[in-house]
Parts: sequence; C-alpha cells; structure tokens
Amino acid sequence: MSAVADLRRRTQHALVPIGFGVAFLTVWELFVRVRHIKPYLLPRPSAIWGELHGNATLIRKAVIVSGTNALVGLLVGIVAGVAVAFAAGHFKIVNRLVTPMAIAVSAMPIIVIASILYNLISATSQVPRRLMAAVIVFFVVFVNVAKGLTQVDRTQTELMRSYAASDVEILRKVRIPNALSHFFTALKVAAPLAVVTAFVSEYFGGLQDGLGAKITSNVSNSRDAVAWAYVVGACLLGLLFYGTSVLAERFAMPWQARRVER
Amino acid sequence: MVDAAFFVAGLALLGVGWEVYKAIGPANGGKVLGVRILPRTENTAMPHVWAMFRAFSKPEVRGSSRSILSVVAAGAWFSGRMALAGLFLGVVIGMTLAIVMARYKIAERGLLPYVVLSQTVPLIALAPLVVSWGGKLKIGGFTWQRWMSAAAISAFLAFFPIAIGALRGLTSPSPAALELMDSYAAPWWKTLVKLRLPSSVPYLVPALKLAASAAVVGTIVAEISTGLRGGIGRLIIEYSREGTSQPAKVFTALFGAAALGLAMAGLVALLDAFASRHRPREAST
Amino acid sequence: MTAPAVEVRGVTKVFNKGKANQVEALTDIDLTITPGELVSLIGPSGCGKSTLLRLIASLIEPTAGTVLVNGKPAEQARRDQDYGMAFQQSGLFDWRTVTKNIELPLELRGWDRAKRRAQAAAMLDLVKLGDFADHYPWELSGGMQQRVAIARALAFTPALLLMDEPFGALDEMTREHMQSELIGICAQTRTTVVFVTHSIPEAVYLSNRVVVMSPRPGRIAARIDVDLGARNDDTREASEFFKKVTEVREALRGFEHVEAMPRGIEDR
Repeated sequence: MSAVADLRRRTQHALVPIGFGVAFLTVWELFVRVRHIKPYLLPRPSAIWGELHGNATLIRKAVIVSGTNALVGLLVGIVAGVAVAFAAGHFKIVNRLVTPMAIAVSAMPIIVIASILYNLISATSQVPRRLMAAVIVFFVVFVNVAKGLTQVDRTQTELMRSYAASDVEILRKVRIPNALSHFFTALKVAAPLAVVTAFVSEYFGGLQDGLGAKITSNVSNSRDAVAWAYVVGACLLGLLFYGTSVLAERFAMPWQARRVER
Repeated sequence: MVDAAFFVAGLALLGVGWEVYKAIGPANGGKVLGVRILPRTENTAMPHVWAMFRAFSKPEVRGSSRSILSVVAAGAWFSGRMALAGLFLGVVIGMTLAIVMARYKIAERGLLPYVVLSQTVPLIALAPLVVSWGGKLKIGGFTWQRWMSAAAISAFLAFFPIAIGALRGLTSPSPAALELMDSYAAPWWKTLVKLRLPSSVPYLVPALKLAASAAVVGTIVAEISTGLRGGIGRLIIEYSREGTSQPAKVFTALFGAAALGLAMAGLVALLDAFASRHRPREAST
Repeated sequence: MTAPAVEVRGVTKVFNKGKANQVEALTDIDLTITPGELVSLIGPSGCGKSTLLRLIASLIEPTAGTVLVNGKPAEQARRDQDYGMAFQQSGLFDWRTVTKNIELPLELRGWDRAKRRAQAAAMLDLVKLGDFADHYPWELSGGMQQRVAIARALAFTPALLLMDEPFGALDEMTREHMQSELIGICAQTRTTVVFVTHSIPEAVYLSNRVVVMSPRPGRIAARIDVDLGARNDDTREASEFFKKVTEVREALRGFEHVEAMPRGIEDR
C-alpha cells in the first residue's frame, strides 16, 4: 500500500472515534435542552465549556496541586518499586516476602489507609497524598519490573551461559532490556493511577485545595456545571500523565513502536 | 502453601516494624530533609498493634451492646453487597460492550479509544456528581436511591477492565477455529456462544480480578462522598474522626475493608477454579 | 594426527540423582569427532541427544566420564569461547538490531567497536543477509532469523559449531535451503559441526557421519558413515541418498519395540 493511501486509511480510521465523540456530545446537548433536564442533574456540554473558561485560573490551580501530588508520588513509587524489584531479583528472600504482599495488596482497597496517614503525618500538608500515591505506584511497578527481571526467554539465558557470561553481564545485557518493556507496561497503568490516588485521597481529609475537594464542594453547593468543569480538568490531567508515559515508552524503546505499527 | 507462610511472615514483619518505629520514632513526628514525613508515634496517632486487635471487642458506642467487630463486619457485608451489585452490573455492561465491539468493527473503532482512554482518565472524579443524583433523579415512578449511586460508581469502575478483557477474549479464537464454524454455516451468534465466549474465559479471569478490586474501591469511595450510611467507607470516616479519642478504632474499619477486598478476590478465585477446571492456566495479557 | 575436535569418554548423565524423579538420560557414551567433520545426532524423543550436545557445550556437567573439546576440558573450552551455539529458537534479542545481535558475544569479550562492526558485517555477508544489517529481528522471516543466529554463532569464527535442531521450526523448503547454506558456510570456514536433529533426510544430507541414539537411557546405537561426496541440489534425489536414509531409518526402527518410556524431564 502506498504511503498516501496508507495515510488516508489511517486518517479515516481516526475519524471514527472522533465522529462518535462529536455525536455523543451533540446528543447530550440536545437531550438536556429538549427534555429540560435540571442543571443539577446533568448540565449541558456548552454550559460546562462556559464554566471551564470562566473558572480557568481556579481550575488550573487545583490541577497543579493534584498534579504535583501525583507526580511526586509517581516518581517516589517508581524509584522504590524498581529498587525493590532489583533487590528481589538478587535476594530470593526479598522476592518471597514482597510478592505475596503485592498480590494481597492488589486485591485490597489500599487507598483507605489515606485516612490514617493524615493522622499519622499531618492534616495540613500534601505529604499524606503523595505517600499514598507512592505506595500504590510502588506495588504496580514492583510486580512488573520483578517479572521482567526474572522471566526471561530460556534460549537467551542458555545463550549467555554458553558465552560464559557473568551474572552482571547477563543482568545488563538480557534482564534489564527485558524488564524495560515490563516497566513501561507498569508506567502506563501507574501514571493515571497516581492521578486518581492523588485526588481520591482528598476525600479522606486533609487540605481542600485539590481537584477532589473542589469537585465535591461544588457538587454540594449545587454548582454542577462547575464541578463538571473540574472533572474535565481531572480528565485532562490523567490524559497528560498517560500520554507522557506513552511518549516515554516510544522514546526509550523505539523498536517497540515500530513493531506495534506493523 | 509456602507463599501463604511467607505472606504471614511478611505481615508479622510489618507488625514488628510498626512497633519498632513506634518505640524509637519521634512522638510528634519529624522531618526528613525539611519534609514533614515521619509519622507521629504517640498513642493517639499510632496505636500499638495489639491495641488495634483489642479494639474489635470493645463496644462501638459507649453503652452500646454491639461490639466493634460486629459493626465492622456488618459494614463490610453492606459494602460487599453493593460492590457485588456493581461488579455484576459492570460485567453485564462490559460484556455487552465487548460483544458489540466484536461484532461491528466500526463500533470497535469508534468506541475502543474511549474505552482505553477511560482507564487512564480518573472516572472516579465523577463520583460526587453521580452521588448527587440520589433523591433528585426521577424516571417515571422510579426514584434514584442513594445506594444506587454507590453501585453505579462501582459498576463504572468495574466495567472497563471487563470490556477490554472480554474483547480480547472474544477476538482470540484462531482463524482456523473461525473457519471451522463458517464451514458449519453457523450464524454469528452461534459462533459467539459456542466458540468466542468459551475462548474468552481465560481472558476474563484476570479482568474479573481487576474489576472486583475496582468495584470495592468504587463502593468505598462512593460511600465516602455520599455519606451513605451502613457501609464500611462510612465507618472509616467516622472512626478516623474519633482519631484522637479512640485511635485504634479506625484500624478496625481498615482491617474490615481489607478483609472485604480479600473476600472479593477469593470469590473471583473460586469462580476461576470452577470455570477453568478443565483448562490450562489463564492467559497472560 | 591432529587432536580430535570433541572427545566424549564414558559419559553418563543422571538428572535429579538420588531423588524420586531421578532420570538417567545418557549411559556410557563414547564419541570422537575429528576436526572438519559434520556429525549428526539423531534419535527418538528423550534419547538424550540434546543432553549430549549440552554436555559438549559445558552447559551441564556429566555425572561420570569426561568431555574434551579441542583437547581441553569442556568448561575451559566454553570460557575460551572455542565453540558457537545455535538453538531451535533463534534467541535473538528483540531490542537489538541484527548487527548488534551478532556483536553480542564480541561485546562480552571486550572487542572494540570498529572490530566488532567489521566482524559482524563479515558474518552477515557470510549468511548473505548484508542488506538487513539495521533491521530488527521481528522484521525478518523465521529462516532469516536463524541465519542471523548462525552468523552470531560464527562470530568468533570458532572451530566448533554446536546446533540443536536449528531448522526445526522452519518449513520444509526453507529447511532444505538452509541445509545447503550451512554446508556452504562450513566448507568455507572449515568448522566442525555437531548437529542435533529429528529429521533423517536432514541428518543424511548434512553429515559425514550420523550417530544414532537409543531411547532413554541414551546410548549410541549406531554410527553410520555417509559418503555422498559434494552436496548439491541433486543429492537429495540420488539413489545413494535414499539408501543411506533407509540405513538410518532401519537403525532407528530397532527401537519401536521398546515399551513406552516413563514420562520424565525433557532431554536437556
């Protein structure tokens, strides 16, 4: 297929979801107008757009607060997760202790510990939320990176042994590149998760300056369109984190990107 | 079995670590590199591990005949039922969506990007909004109950992993298997029932695990934003407010929430064991 | 007389010795391979041919007996990188280009970049894939990937090549093509080859000698010399070829009456 025809086909494909999105918004707008739905139930997209503009500065502030919390938590969680994964690869005992915990934690609603973090640390700082995000990110990153370091193609390890390669060389040349793709799988999940954790933690207490608190307060004041505008801000923040992760993956693993495009 | 032993060992280690820190840490918390991050170790903030367990047997409210254990258990049961309702609804919606997307390529093209993006976007931000419908939304003679908001939010969080997992599973049969069904002149829905659905079981299991966990989180967070009474989320907030007078109390609610999560995971594991009893292990995604 | 390329003496290999799932994979193997020979190991599943190959490669240790490669103990030969190895899966690294995949063993030995580049290019030319130097493995077909794996195995231009069913995953036509390629390369480089295979025609086509092994516990049941002269496209249709194939088949057929082997570990 020629490059031009290929591009045309890809554009056509991309238009379908865009079309669905536009159709959805249109139906929403008409539905609210025609059925005279009360604004406190479901505001019009146009009203939301208006509020988005009108409160842009405030929304941006809240996004920055939640976004910073998410970012700090994400970075700390990544560093901790990767470090412990390496330790687990090297010291079997670490692996055997941490892995069952990670499995159990994935089943539990661990975000509830946010409630005690405010008491333990401080109700007036952002640290509890960052810590919460870090904990959740840690488990996601740990599980995936540990898997990547240990579950390596058998032929590749045999090959390296036939080269009389040392453990360090095997780590550098096989395990780490293998773990890289697992790391990015984790990142694409952990980054949006950090955002969610950052503002859900606000529901449990602490300062009321982030997206979670703003949405709740606007809802309780019956300013639904404004609340929706904050929701849009939250969605954009989540998309930003996810998009950055995808870009980071493409940058770090260019061979993967070409493969997917096939 | 050895894993279970190590899990218990890990928990014990955590408990020991807790007490050690409590013994040596600063009573009023402290700073590391200027950041206030060290937890406070005094009893009002950081109760002893055994105090947490003792709290279960205390009466819930002074003079009440109900122990905290029974209150927490009841709360967990309440939330659990809502989470299950949400999970069930999420499965229904997710499967329906997946079947539509598997059937109509255009639906897949148009909806899948949103389905994928929704996992990256904090849907739970909508929770307070959905919750506000409680009592206000009336369709015909049917009024939206507040508890429905909790179930709806649960369903909302649960249906996306199901939709993705189901779609993968429904489209997983090999071309050879599909051609076989074609050779029998089987209509699409028969192929669905006899081939695609059974093939999707190994993909649904990990999706269900994710969905169950999401449903529990959704229920608890919904309860917190609603102020819905009776569930464990509410208990967590109430007890954490009593933090200074009865610091160990909130931990009982936390354990209850953890137990709920594990119970749901256990349920899914049972379902998995039943559904996969004649099969090799689940597919890795 | 030149030292044998490979000398296996009295080798026995028992897995999980002393435990409930003990398996005797090989019993009392004696094999001498002269330099420049291409020897095939063939036998039913579980006969230990792959195990024998890995003993030569010093990836596992014998329970009894000795293995000498190039006159040295096998382990020393591995440390000195006296052999190259190719497996059934190409084992190429997804994240490296074809060239970088071939450079892998050279990197491990500390060769500098220019030398590595040159050698990789030379090996790539040898397997006739020079145009694909900067491609990634998944952009290549199965046969091409195996050619890259062979180029990698030849990176040090070793005197010995150990191959464990490298063409097993390929279709028949590609397989025959690869066999011819391999013979061509080995003639050029004068490498000794030990080749494990399941395929009788492949064993006969490639080898100077076919070693037939018996089912577990593996022994050498027959050593069949193959004297078909220079191989070409007509060799596979010559009557001598069919005679040899029949001879090998008869040697293998002797095992059909052996009762079902107990299920055990794979013969590694």
